[in-house]
Amino acid sequence: MQELGKAELNSTRIIHQDDNRVVIEKDLDTEYMVLSMGPQHPSTHGVLRLECITDGEVVVEAEPYLGYLHRCFEKYCEKIDYPAIVPYTDRMDYLAGINTELAYCITVEKLLDIEIPRRVEFIRVITAELNRIASHLVAIGTYGIDLGAFTPFLFCFRDREIILNLLEWISGARMLYNYVWIGGLSYDVPADFRKRVAEFVTYFKPKVVELRELLTENEIFVKRTKGIGIMPAEVAINYGWSGPMLRGSGVKWDLRRNDPYSIYPELDFDIPVPDGKFSDVGDSLSRHLVRALEIDESLKIIEQCLDKMPEVAGFDPRAVIPKRIRPKAGEVYGRAENPRGEVGFYIVSDGKSTKPLRCKARSSCFVNLSAMKDLSKGQLIPDLVAIIGSIDIVLGEVDR
Amino acid sequence: MSSSTSLNTWSDALSGFTIGGFPLGLIIVAAIPLVFIALYALTYGVYGERKISAFMQDRLGPMEVGPWGLLQTLADILKLLQKEDIVPTVADKALFVIGPLIMFVGSFLAFAVLPFGPAFIGADLNVGLFYAVGIVSLEVVGILASGWGSNNKWALYGAIRSVAQIVSYEIPASIALLCGAMMAGSLSMQHFNVVQSGPYGFMHFFLFRNPIAWLPFIIYFIASLAENNRAPFDIPEAESELVAGFFTEYTGMKFAMFFLAEYGSMFMVSAVLSIVFLGGWASPLPNVGGLALNTMTSGPVWGAIWIILKGFFFIFVQMWLRWTLPRLRVDQLMYLCWKVLTPFAFIAFVLTAIWEIYM
Repeated sequence: MQELGKAELNSTRIIHQDDNRVVIEKDLDTEYMVLSMGPQHPSTHGVLRLECITDGEVVVEAEPYLGYLHRCFEKYCEKIDYPAIVPYTDRMDYLAGINTELAYCITVEKLLDIEIPRRVEFIRVITAELNRIASHLVAIGTYGIDLGAFTPFLFCFRDREIILNLLEWISGARMLYNYVWIGGLSYDVPADFRKRVAEFVTYFKPKVVELRELLTENEIFVKRTKGIGIMPAEVAINYGWSGPMLRGSGVKWDLRRNDPYSIYPELDFDIPVPDGKFSDVGDSLSRHLVRALEIDESLKIIEQCLDKMPEVAGFDPRAVIPKRIRPKAGEVYGRAENPRGEVGFYIVSDGKSTKPLRCKARSSCFVNLSAMKDLSKGQLIPDLVAIIGSIDIVLGEVDR
Repeated sequence: MSSSTSLNTWSDALSGFTIGGFPLGLIIVAAIPLVFIALYALTYGVYGERKISAFMQDRLGPMEVGPWGLLQTLADILKLLQKEDIVPTVADKALFVIGPLIMFVGSFLAFAVLPFGPAFIGADLNVGLFYAVGIVSLEVVGILASGWGSNNKWALYGAIRSVAQIVSYEIPASIALLCGAMMAGSLSMQHFNVVQSGPYGFMHFFLFRNPIAWLPFIIYFIASLAENNRAPFDIPEAESELVAGFFTEYTGMKFAMFFLAEYGSMFMVSAVLSIVFLGGWASPLPNVGGLALNTMTSGPVWGAIWIILKGFFFIFVQMWLRWTLPRLRVDQLMYLCWKVLTPFAFIAFVLTAIWEIYM
C-alpha cells in the first residue's frame, strides 16, 4: 500500500457515488487515516481483517488480510486416509457442510470410478439443497444485519433452525455432518423423512415471500445496495468469480447445469440471473437477489426429488463403499456448485497409498474475496460493509 | 401565561416546602423526573424493548430471571455495576469521564419543562419548548467529548457522524415545533396543553383541528428519530459498521449512562410530540351526550396517565421502526434532512401561518 502516490490520490477524490454519477472534487490536502477493520469487527463475518486507508468516510484503499483461521487443511489431507478427509471438508465451509462433502466425494468417486446407487444420489441432492437454503438464509440474514435490519436475520435463523433440525435428525450433527461418504452415505434417511421435508417445504414457501417483502423490497435496503460495488461480467470472469457472485454480474453459469454432476441433469430448475430491472446488473443488490431467488429454485429441486426418490426396502447406503480406498495412480479435479460458488478438489494419487499424495481445495470465497481491493476503491465505509456482506464469505473456507 | 401558571398548584406548593430553611421540596421536584426516568428505563425502556423486539422477531425474549424474565433488567444492572470501569490509558481522561455525564444531564434537564399533568411541572418556563429543544442539544457535546476522548477511530467516526446528524436534524425539528407554537400562540409547555384540552377530547388536539398539523407532526417525528440516534437513523452507533460508535470504549455504569440518556431522550421527544400536537395531558375522550367521558378522565392524576400513555405509544412506534427497518447511509441521511425534511418544514411553516391568520 505504500506504493500509492500520495500526490496522485490527493489531487482528485471521489466524494460519493450517486446512481451513475461520480462526483469528483479537487480538494485541500487532508490526512489519511489507516483504519484496521477486523479481525474482531461485527460485519467482517468472522476473522477477516481489512486494512483501510480512509479519507474521512471514503475508503481510498482496502486490503484484506487473511489467515486467521488457517488450519493446514491441504497438508493435513496428505496424512490421513481418503474417507477421513470428509469431516475436514465440513469444517471448510461450515455453513454448507453437505455441499462441500459432496464436492469432495464426487471427486474421489471420479478417481475410483464407482457407480452410486440412485437413491443415494437423490438423498445427497435433497440434503445438499436443504443445506444450500440454510446457507443462503444465513447469507441473507447477516446481510440484513450489515445494513442495520435485525429482524430479517432472526426470521432467517428461525427457518434455518428447522433445516438444521432435519439434518441433525438424519445425520446426528447440526453443522458438521460427515453424512456424505465416498461411495454412499453414513446412514439411510429415517422413515418419515419424505413427509417431514415436504412439510418443511409447504411451511417455508410463504416465509420466502415474507422475507422478500420485509427485506429485498424494502426501500431503504434497495437504496443501500443498488449500484454499490458494481462488478462488470468480464472482470468477474477474469477474477475467477463463481456462484451467486458471478450470476449477479449477469453470467448464467451454474455448475449444476454447466458441468452436471449427480442427478441434476434430470431435474427441472432455473438459474436466476438479474435482468437489470430491479437492480443494476453486477451490484450488491443483484448478488443478494440471486441468493434470494435461488432459495425458490432449491425448493423446486427438493420437491422434484421427493417425488422421484426411489423407495428401496432394506436399503443399505454403505453397500458400494469400498472396503479400502486406494485409487490407481492419477490425478483428478472434481467440482460442485456450492452456495458460495465453485468448490473444487484437485487430488493426486500415487496408486500405492490410501492417502492422497496431494489434495488441493479450490475455495469459492477466497477467489470471490480477491476482488475486494477493486470493489472497495472510493466507497464509503457503510458501502464497504454492504460489499463485504454481498460477497458472503465464510472465513473457514477462505483460509481452509 | 396566567392560565397555565395557576394550574401548577401542586408543584408550586411542593417547591416552596422547606424544613428549617432546607429546600427539601425543590429536591423532591427535581427527583421526581429522575425517579421516573429510572423506573421507566428499567421497565419499559429495557425490558419493554426486549419483549417488544422479541414479539416482532418470533422469540420469547428474556424468560429466565424471575417470572417472564421480569428481573432481567435488575440482573443486568447488577452485572454492569460489577464490571470494571475501564478508562483506556491513551484516552483523554477528563473528556472520557465527562462525556456520558453531559449526555445524561442533557436529556434529564429537558424533563424539567415536561408537564406531567395539569398540576405538576418542574418549571413552567414561558420559553419551555425553546428550552427543551435547546437543552437536548447539549447531548452533542457529550457525544463529541466521549467520541474524541476515547481515542478510538471508530468512536471518532461515530462522534463526527453524530454531531453532523443531530445538528442538521435540529433544523427541521425546530421548524416543525415552531408550527405547533404558532398554533398555540405560546412557547410555554403548559399552555400547549391548556389550549388543546376541552370537552370534545381529541377534537381539540392540533392534529385533528388543523389539517396542516400532520405535516409538521410527521416531520418532527422523523427528525426526532434522527436526534435520538434511533433506527433507521442509528448511524452514529451503527453496530455493524462502527462497532458501537461513540461508546465503543465504554464499560460498566458509564456504558449504562448512555442507555439511560438514550431512553430518557426517547421519552422526551415522544412527550414533546404529544404535547405539541396531541394535547399532552389532555384527555382524548370526548363528552358524548350525557356520558361525560372527558370530564371523568381529566385531572392531575389522569393527566399524568395520559401524557405517559401518549409518550409510551410513540416510544413503541420508535421501537417498531427500529426492529423493522435497515439503516440509511450517512449521505442519504443528510439528503433526507436538507433536501426533503427542511423544505417541507418551511412549507409547513408558511401554510400554518396562513391557516392561523385566515382560518
